[in-house]
Amino acid sequence: MSQPANQPMILIENVSKYFGSFRALDRVNLRVEAGEVLMIIGPSGSGKSTLLRCINHLEVPDAGRIVVDGITVSNNEAHINAVRAEVGMVFQRFELFPHLTVLENICLAQQKVRRRSRQESEQIAWQLLEKVGIPEQAHKHPGQLSGGQQQRVAIARSLAMQPKIMLFDEPTSALDPEMIKEVLDVMLALAAEGMTMVVVSHEMGFARNAANRVVFMDQGRIIEQGPPEAIFGDPQHERTKLFLSRILH
Amino acid sequence: MAIEHDQIMASRPGVTWRTGLAQFPWWFLIITSIITIMALRIIFDPIYRDIFTTILQGLGVTLYVTVVSFSLSLLLGLVLGLGRVAKNPLLRNLAITYIEFIRGVPMLVLIFTISFAVVPLVARTFGLPNNAVSLTTRAIIALVLIYGAYIAEIFRAGIESIGRGQMEAARSLGMSRVQAMRYVVLPQAIRNVLPALGNDLIAMLKDSSLVSVLGVREMTQVARLSVSTSFRYEETYFILTLFYLTLTLILSLLLQVLQRRMRAKG
Ligand SMILES: Nc1ncnc2c1ncn2[C@@H]1O[C@H](COP(=O)(O)OP(=O)(O)OP(=O)(O)O)[C@@H](O)[C@H]1O
Ligand SMILES: [Mg+2]
Repeated sequence: MSQPANQPMILIENVSKYFGSFRALDRVNLRVEAGEVLMIIGPSGSGKSTLLRCINHLEVPDAGRIVVDGITVSNNEAHINAVRAEVGMVFQRFELFPHLTVLENICLAQQKVRRRSRQESEQIAWQLLEKVGIPEQAHKHPGQLSGGQQQRVAIARSLAMQPKIMLFDEPTSALDPEMIKEVLDVMLALAAEGMTMVVVSHEMGFARNAANRVVFMDQGRIIEQGPPEAIFGDPQHERTKLFLSRILH
Repeated sequence: MAIEHDQIMASRPGVTWRTGLAQFPWWFLIITSIITIMALRIIFDPIYRDIFTTILQGLGVTLYVTVVSFSLSLLLGLVLGLGRVAKNPLLRNLAITYIEFIRGVPMLVLIFTISFAVVPLVARTFGLPNNAVSLTTRAIIALVLIYGAYIAEIFRAGIESIGRGQMEAARSLGMSRVQAMRYVVLPQAIRNVLPALGNDLIAMLKDSSLVSVLGVREMTQVARLSVSTSFRYEETYFILTLFYLTLTLILSLLLQVLQRRMRAKG
């Protein structure tokens, strides 16, 4: 899709989301430029996941507008599918398909959505397994893999759709400490390649090494945002300071 | 913990021996003994042998009705189960209405109602004579309509046992709801409900005896007809019981083997 140079990859305008009478997102505005790595931090229940899930329409905003790569996310099924095809998502709990092998996990949507042949999809799957460093696990089932390996397969599965944007919702928080690095390394490599990424995570190492911008959310609102040095080194708002003092010990 | 336990067991051999006795499936031995004793009588007692061969003539119909009805119930149950979890409120409510309706009426009453009221009514609307549908076919229709509702609830439970995250992961890869259901949720759901479906197959085998009230010549009906002229109640009904017991036992053993194999495969 050709687009004007000033058009952001993701545009979020005045988005609100309610669960019953509870306001999970409160008039959120956010722009993510192509190639940018954006990190979202904030206390539990502040709406980070909800915001991320609105971007690929897993949650439907009650108000406001979201434009992804020039496509307005609406209830129109075709638009939703068009957006989802451009947006990969990685979940905290991996959500690999347990009844399929690693290779089949990576091939399924390629074949059913992208209509690629078996041969072509497997070729892409092998390349991606090399990239995330676990080609030897291709014929195992997810249950036989460690958490870190599963999450790397999940990333490969998303990348197989050749998305323009990758969303990560706490990709390392279900992992044992010794496995966090192997997943972060894959994410760092992806960032270095210029992938547009929105990452909900409290991994400071990743924030310092890869994030262009950090957004702090609380109670469904964006409280402040800026480069990682600024947010972590010199937070402006009380709530940000309080939150950071808790997670940085 | 485990080691401690093992050590105690090793130091007191009597305990292992006694737990062994308690663990042994005595019930299985008792039931197979009963079956064996009955089998011996059938082999050596001509009266028993006669009744046995008579009831044996109904075995084919019993198995036929069970297998055909169960296969079709699986299809109906799957459709109803999918309707039960559909997003569309019309579909969902239609499915729920049907399921609740069936589950609220005794099976025997439903067999009468479906065979002697619903089927003739439908036949008449299509301009067919009342007896256009054979009794065996009516029996199968009744069992399918009844079991479809029960099996629908099994499929629903199976689908709901798969976490929401699986559907979301599939959807976020661009799959439609139907694709996600077909390739991701259902295969896992079906695997989870296989034991429950196995139980329903056994239940169907037993409930197929109910269609004897329609005069379908399955085992129970054959036995009833035979008794009405021979008056050998004891022999006939013991042997009939033996037939069902043997069949359900074989079936549940087969299902267990199947399940163990599937689990070994992972
Ligand atoms: N489907 C839902 N139904 C009702 N309430 C929900 C639902 N999803 C989220 N919420 C509520 O919305 C609020 C924001 O949830 P969200 O998951 O976005 O928070 P979060 O910032 O990701 O928190 P965490 O760090 O715990 O993951 C929470 O209070 C949560 O309880
Ligand atoms: Mg969250």
